[in-house]
Amino acid sequence: MAKLVIDALVARFRDPVNGDGVTGAYTGAGGDDAAFVRRERLVEVCQFLRDDPGMQFNMAPYITAVDYLGQEPRFEVVYNLLSTTRNWRVRLRLKVSEQDPVLPSVCGIWRGANWFERYCFDMYGIRFTEHPDLRRLYMYDEFVGHPLRKDYPLRGRQPLVTELEVPEERYRGPGPAQRSE
Amino acid sequence: MSTEVKEALKQVVAPRSSELDAPLKSKRMLVNLGPSHPAMHGTARAVIELEGENIASCKLDIGFLHRGFEKSCESVTWTQVFPYTDRLNYVSSIMNNVGFALAVEKLCKLEVPERAQYLRTITSEMHRICDHLTLVGALGLELGAMTVFLYAIEGRDLLWDRLTELCGARLTSTYARIGGVARDVPEGWLEKTTLTLDRVVLLRDEIDGLLARNRIFYDRTRGVGTVTRADAIDLGFSGPCLRASGEPYDLRKAAPYLIYDRLDFDIPVGSNGDTYDRYLIRVEEMKQSDKMIRQCFRDMAPGELVVRDFRYVLPPKPEVYGTIEGVMAHFKLIMEGIQVPAGEVYGYTEAANGELGFYLVSDGSGRPYKIGLRAPGWPMLAALPIILQGALLSDLVPVFDSINMIGGEVEQ
Repeated sequence: MAKLVIDALVARFRDPVNGDGVTGAYTGAGGDDAAFVRRERLVEVCQFLRDDPGMQFNMAPYITAVDYLGQEPRFEVVYNLLSTTRNWRVRLRLKVSEQDPVLPSVCGIWRGANWFERYCFDMYGIRFTEHPDLRRLYMYDEFVGHPLRKDYPLRGRQPLVTELEVPEERYRGPGPAQRSE
Repeated sequence: MSTEVKEALKQVVAPRSSELDAPLKSKRMLVNLGPSHPAMHGTARAVIELEGENIASCKLDIGFLHRGFEKSCESVTWTQVFPYTDRLNYVSSIMNNVGFALAVEKLCKLEVPERAQYLRTITSEMHRICDHLTLVGALGLELGAMTVFLYAIEGRDLLWDRLTELCGARLTSTYARIGGVARDVPEGWLEKTTLTLDRVVLLRDEIDGLLARNRIFYDRTRGVGTVTRADAIDLGFSGPCLRASGEPYDLRKAAPYLIYDRLDFDIPVGSNGDTYDRYLIRVEEMKQSDKMIRQCFRDMAPGELVVRDFRYVLPPKPEVYGTIEGVMAHFKLIMEGIQVPAGEVYGYTEAANGELGFYLVSDGSGRPYKIGLRAPGWPMLAALPIILQGALLSDLVPVFDSINMIGGEVEQ
């Protein structure tokens, strides 16, 4: 159903000179259609999706990012879009390189995108230009690094207040305490 | 008081009219609400700039309850994610279980047996009633109606008692599995639950009778925290908050999953998008959920609880101990986890507060490569500063309550 949307997008943003705006359309598992978008055309594509009377994608229910460590480009930002009037869903995927993780913000198109983009910035370090308030969302401002990147350790500790050194208690069972040195 | 005294007092007390008209020097005051405040539902912090009694601007600071849900999930097998999902919206944990299971099954293209679908629907709808009762009770409590809260908690705990009999825990149910549900209903459970539902109906109507036409409640919620339909869509609202603003979008009708397409129920839609409408929607949804559960009880037939596919579901114990295939399947599932096919999917279900989405990426190994959680309350909380612009400080608490922010899911 929403295949129409993707086909229309691919046809409309065809650009033999600078490269197509929308490429690699496919039908994902469960029937949601998806395609890849080029960074330069992102805002244009989103604007078209929202404003075109045949599309009316008036909501962006979820925007997130994925870290494909070892691939080039490393990051991917995923836009899940919804048209409540037509009951269509499409997914736009956008590859972002590690060296230049900067994207245009879509806050001007859907105001609900604000915190999703802050989440991507906080967790993956992807920056959004023209975002009204790009701060960390969950972590505190003094936090170093981006926790959901695959190269951030699972148990990486960065307490805001300095932790006191506690001697490690090796033996925790009944019987006489034995401490291995 | 005699008239002479009154006249004399007027002379003393009343300032000259010119002084009355002079603009008062006012300073904007900064109020810090939370993170540890009984009305802040967990641990959100709001920095409010006050102009007199009105909110000039409001800044939210969340993340005090951030436990690294997504990072934790990436380090365990697909099955081991279920206990983590319990702790998202801890009032209605089965909905999170079901939402996650459905997302994984969407990626695996797995069809769940019918009885499991019925059981998932029944438990989800019971938890929807629990969630709405909690919200309605807390909304009353925060406006000074303690009785309502006690009634609501009684109803909620009765339902939780039934669910405890089903899955062994009040809050952390871990009921759904990839490919089905954990266990069947105990003996006589359906009759017992019907009686419980009858009691909950009485309590719900009592609560509604106490609140809906209560002068204080009405005045404190009517026209407060209004969100227009266009704004609600633009801000990414979902669930009862979106429908209270007049947009009839419900995933149970728009993209039916489980057995919702076979059930007869209505989607209540509000007209004003204020706190009062959000309350009314919740009460009406409780009635619809009640209707749905009774329909499920009527239509449910005995049958399998999980799919018979050893790639996804643990084999029964006699087969594990008796056959080599059973041992191998058991070993592989425990040691390596379910081999979810490589790919990505966005699974969405209608949880109590709105669209619960899971964006899953699998690389074909036994562990999730990425689990992105779209918490239902997230966009609503993000929109709170916009809703509260210019509102009275005392309206913050009821509005904050009516969007039903749950720290566990929003702060992951």
